[in-house]
Amino acid sequence: MNNRLKVLRAMRNWSQADLAARLDVSRQSVNAIETGKYDPSLPLAFRIADLFELPIEEIFQRDG
Amino acid sequence: MLCNHPNPATRRYTLRLLVLMSAYVGLLIFSKWMFRQGLGQGVLAYVLALLPAVPIIGVVWAVMRLLVEQTDEYLRMLLVRQTLFATGFALVVTSVREWLQNFDLIAPGDGGFGATFFWFAGLGLGGAINAVLERRAGNAE
Repeated sequence: MNNRLKVLRAMRNWSQADLAARLDVSRQSVNAIETGKYDPSLPLAFRIADLFELPIEEIFQRDG
Repeated sequence: MLCNHPNPATRRYTLRLLVLMSAYVGLLIFSKWMFRQGLGQGVLAYVLALLPAVPIIGVVWAVMRLLVEQTDEYLRMLLVRQTLFATGFALVVTSVREWLQNFDLIAPGDGGFGATFFWFAGLGLGGAINAVLERRAGNAE
């Protein structure tokens, strides 16, 4: 799964640590999601979508 | 340490580990002392022999509690991978030893290094593997 987390975060001038604090997860989690190493659960994906005030499909896309 | 992120669940685990390992040392010294004094007789001998095992079982409990209490799903995934590695490692080592013993290629017994010892060793190795993989991914804390 691809995601635009890094771009959306950069647009807000947030560091990984800032985003992690806002999502109440570790910075490791944010890094792992951004780099595509880990796909978040649906509840966490919804939290991310709520934070950026975007539909999930505008943040996460299928591979290819 | 199982994970290098000091969130509340990890802090609770670390505290539990410190208490349990201190209890282990204390109970081991106490049990050995009681046996040396000739007080390890009858039912009490069984109680004294099992006392040091209680905090060891407690450590297994603490690891399982960490799995339950870890709210960060990525860190929980790393811990699951670490405990699965530890379980596989302990099973492989003890199976190899058992079959070498079955054909009398090595001496019977475990020399004090039972399955739990290898599970803990596997936890350490699994944690090291996680740390290396995290560092490679640029995820070191």
